[in-house]
Amino acid sequence: MNSTTETVTPKYVPPTAAQTQAKVSAGLARRYRAEARFRAYGLGATLLGILFVVFLFGSVFWRGFSIFGQHQVRLDVFYDAEVIDPAGTRERDTLLAADYQALVRASLKARFPEVEGRREVRELVGLVSSGAAGQLQARVVANPALIGQREAVWVLTSSDVDWLLKGKVSRNAPESERRLSDDQLRWLDTLIRADQVERRFNKTFFENGDSRDPELAGVGGALAGSLLTLFVTLLLSFPVGVAAAVYLEEFARQSRTTDLIEVNINNLAAVPSIVFGLLGLSMFIGLFGMPRSAPLVGGFVLTLLTLPTIIIASRAALKAVPPSIREAALGMGASRLQMVAHHVLPLAMPGMLTGAIIGMARALGETAPLLMIGMVAFIVDIPNGFSDPSTVLPVQVFLWSDSPERAFVERTSGAIIVLLLFLIVMNATAVVLRNRFEKRW
Amino acid sequence: MTPDSLANTNLETGTVGTVTVPDPVFSCRDVNVYYGDKHAIKHVNIDIARKQVLAMIGPSGCGKSTFLRCLNRMNDTIPNARVTGAITLDGKDIHEKRQDVVQLRARVGMVFQKPNPFPKSIYENVAYGPRIHGLAADRGELDDIVNSSLRRAGLWEEVKDRLNQPGTSLSGGQQQRLCIARTIAVNPEVILMDEPCSALDPIATAKIEDLIDELRESYAICIVTHSMQQAARVSQRTAYFHLGDLVEVGETNKIFTNPRAKLTEDYITGRFG
Repeated sequence: MNSTTETVTPKYVPPTAAQTQAKVSAGLARRYRAEARFRAYGLGATLLGILFVVFLFGSVFWRGFSIFGQHQVRLDVFYDAEVIDPAGTRERDTLLAADYQALVRASLKARFPEVEGRREVRELVGLVSSGAAGQLQARVVANPALIGQREAVWVLTSSDVDWLLKGKVSRNAPESERRLSDDQLRWLDTLIRADQVERRFNKTFFENGDSRDPELAGVGGALAGSLLTLFVTLLLSFPVGVAAAVYLEEFARQSRTTDLIEVNINNLAAVPSIVFGLLGLSMFIGLFGMPRSAPLVGGFVLTLLTLPTIIIASRAALKAVPPSIREAALGMGASRLQMVAHHVLPLAMPGMLTGAIIGMARALGETAPLLMIGMVAFIVDIPNGFSDPSTVLPVQVFLWSDSPERAFVERTSGAIIVLLLFLIVMNATAVVLRNRFEKRW
Repeated sequence: MTPDSLANTNLETGTVGTVTVPDPVFSCRDVNVYYGDKHAIKHVNIDIARKQVLAMIGPSGCGKSTFLRCLNRMNDTIPNARVTGAITLDGKDIHEKRQDVVQLRARVGMVFQKPNPFPKSIYENVAYGPRIHGLAADRGELDDIVNSSLRRAGLWEEVKDRLNQPGTSLSGGQQQRLCIARTIAVNPEVILMDEPCSALDPIATAKIEDLIDELRESYAICIVTHSMQQAARVSQRTAYFHLGDLVEVGETNKIFTNPRAKLTEDYITGRFG
């Protein structure tokens, strides 16, 4: 019997400890090599990611950082009563309608008496931004007592001058390839020598709306539009998203219907954003007759876009609340609503807020759906309400990146910097909120 | 069915021992629990006496916790659980339409296996029940309730100087006593305890057991436990569950010294479980 079993099933002899050790050691080198390789891949991937981020921020800041300064020129302006208000009525309408460009021209001609001829004068005036007239107008309307007085005013240079002084173009190129003529350069040098040109903080960029003149164009309008739009989005999507998540997670019975809803919410999160724009266009504008280009409609469209994100994040936050807390509350005789309101929601809130802010950050960067509802229009005025026409930061970036003037390159990057700062502030808020309200159990 | 006819054996279910008591607080007749298709509790008949501790013992998965959760309808929260049969609390069916589950749970408190204080202050943990049920007219009364509940749970001396610290900052045993204080703050009639000491060290366990012994003077207590020593120490009656069947019920000292059912004997002598 022994012999047959031995031939059929060869007897297993356990290896000695030394044999086992030898086998383990033989494989060790291979294991460590695999580990080192894996770490190298991981490190490489991380470095590549960092490199891209550095490149992105570097290129944007390199091009856009100069936006924070802008060159201005000091003009000695004589507020000529003959030009502004010959009748002497001092009425607001008269003051508004006066030809302030003539004052700018007169001031420059007084500074350079040798300049004559229409073409030369036009070139001379071309050193100064067309916004200078508006600046004088604002000063006079605010203080009519200036009429008849003389005053030194700092006005914006034209974008070509600003561009040259920032060193973005060479002054040594042949005249035909320059935006500024030799005469203009000579006058500019005279002004610089007289300390009449200075680089100052660029308030215009933050205060103004869009403009055809690069030196007058600012992100103020787009910033206000973005804030208004995001306000509508947050106001709608956070309560609705949280309510939907709470209902689905805490109240709804598990059934085919809730499964279907869940699948569709996940699908909704993957719908290309431009589709939401088309939906908004046909529904809010076409069907309900809401105004075009309005932050209100923009907010509605972005609400559709962020809702799935907020619902998914909120449900995950609710799922992460330990069931023991629910049992404790129910065991104490709390109703379902009390259980949710007193215990589950406070614990899930940091996660929900994080989800909401991530959704908001996505909404802030959204361009395509807003193009569909007309927020891509050229809008000079800063919106004051939810139905005023306006645009938003990413659309402003898109618009400026399309503009032919060289100085808009700087503006585009500047707007991107503002957008990125906005995003960083939002994400920092998310982190602070999470750390502040997070409770341990 | 008179108490006498049920006195010794219940032929219908095969439970050995006396399932009835005079003037029971809970009376369960032919209770079945199904989780989907799984028949988790089979035809259980048992009475629960006032001012007494009933221990439920049995191997893992025998259904003792499931049965405990029937008594305050915590099984309602499990989507596919179904309970049949009659469970009466002071003569009224707890599954009746008119029975409000919130009210039921105010009368039948529960202490869970893992201490689960709310992530709020010690004070708020105890004050929560009285607050949601509107038991205190003003802050002073609420303070009194919190104070007396913590005293009765034997926790007052340890926490009186830090009532505003989070309940989760306490040790495991203290947390469990906080949960007991929280439960007695709403002055229930019955306290259900689901393995309350399984996560605690022996010293904390001893404290909880002493506490149970004191609380017995005011409340009916049902305790599920894996420790037969614990059942022997704290309970007056013991019920032995096996695979969803209630095998034997009887006075604790009799069950442990002289079990009548073969399964009970096998379990308490350590042949399985």
